[in-house]
Amino acid sequence: MKAPSLQNTLLVTGLFTASFAQAAELEITVENLTRGIAFTPILIAAHDMESHLFVTGEMASTELQAMAEGGDISGLEMVATSVAADMATNPAGGLLMPAMSTTTMLSTEQMNTQLSLVAMLLPTNDGFVGLDSWTIPETPGTYSVYLNAYDAGTEANDEVRGSGTPGEAGMPVPPPLENVIGMNGTGVAASITNDKVHIHPGNIGDAEIDGGSSDIQNTVHRWLNPVAKVTVVVSE
Amino acid sequence: MTIRLLRMSVATALLIMLAACSDDNDDSVTEVPEEPEMRTFEVSVFNLSANQPLSPIAVIASDGGMLWHTGEAASDGLEALAEGGDNSVLIGADSTLGSTSGDAPLGAGESEMLTLSLEAGSETSISVASMLVNTNDAFSGITGVDLTTWAVGETKTYLPAVYDAGTEENTEMAGTIPGPADGGEGVSEGREALDAVTMHSGVVTADDGLPDSVLDSSHRFANPVMKIIISRVE
Repeated sequence: MKAPSLQNTLLVTGLFTASFAQAAELEITVENLTRGIAFTPILIAAHDMESHLFVTGEMASTELQAMAEGGDISGLEMVATSVAADMATNPAGGLLMPAMSTTTMLSTEQMNTQLSLVAMLLPTNDGFVGLDSWTIPETPGTYSVYLNAYDAGTEANDEVRGSGTPGEAGMPVPPPLENVIGMNGTGVAASITNDKVHIHPGNIGDAEIDGGSSDIQNTVHRWLNPVAKVTVVVSE
Repeated sequence: MTIRLLRMSVATALLIMLAACSDDNDDSVTEVPEEPEMRTFEVSVFNLSANQPLSPIAVIASDGGMLWHTGEAASDGLEALAEGGDNSVLIGADSTLGSTSGDAPLGAGESEMLTLSLEAGSETSISVASMLVNTNDAFSGITGVDLTTWAVGETKTYLPAVYDAGTEENTEMAGTIPGPADGGEGVSEGREALDAVTMHSGVVTADDGLPDSVLDSSHRFANPVMKIIISRVE
């Protein structure tokens, strides 16, 4: 009796190993590739196949809106916790400035095979850098992913000083950005033209610190995709 | 969600057809020619732009060829698509083995699924193309994707860049842009000086200081503007 049951156990273990991803130890480095855009606190989550922090072409969740308009990742953290995601929150300890990198460790559970990342882009109205459900490789090694800038589609890109509260117009301006953001712009876009999560069309800015249409500087605060590089080291 | 709903409606339609077949009590024996094995692909397209409707999406299966090459002049069919959003010339090319087209432009934030069925065995590649209609001659898509080795259930996602057809100057002026930002002319006479397909450098717009542009900041775009998901379902 003992031998067959042991064999069964081995067989079951073998199948389990073959058909499910392993728990993983990841070293994750996020590099801000822009020349003038800051990333607000970054949320990195490893989660299952069904979950997403955001999906292009779909409406933003209220939690995503709070992150994209004000840099508040607490709502998305709660959503990720509810699906038993493994998370690294705010690895840079605040803003990740242009050309800067931050590195964090992340231990993932077996079921959490997908890696996602979000952080608001400043200065923007509702722009964010995002990674949606990148499959964590099972083979140990070093992998790189380049990320695009997205628009949450929840706020008109007026590019003027305002609020980081969801549903309120304008851009939040935290102290580190106070001196690089202009004032008294009349506003660029007055309305939302795509209310789904989409590729950000980019900042316009203008050449006037005081006045003009935008409070953003056109020679400083633009970007082209990609805006971030994520390097993932999968340990043995 | 849209995709799932569409799939459900296809399944429903099949059920209705099967139900209709079951009523058939004809006893006569007829020679039915053997049905060729079909390969069916579902092509889902998402418009990820801020304010660039995409002209009716063309999905074209060809006998191996590419519908455009960077660095080379656009075909007349590509010119018609990229300047006026008219995909009929491109679809009507001799190399086309099968095609399908969206019925209407695909607005910013919208998505749709098109289905393409091909006889198995033919050496085929797929192309998907559409104009960014609030431009002079910008288009996006994929071309020459080999389908011959795809297994049933295989799915791939493409995030193509935006190309400039190189057939019309990017003046952004009133009367030159067929989309809702202008309502101007589609295909224009002649070709611009460069006359080659290149990567697009983006629109400038009046908000960015091009005085005669009919475009504003919402019409600007960054790559990619299109997400294409292709699945072989049969």
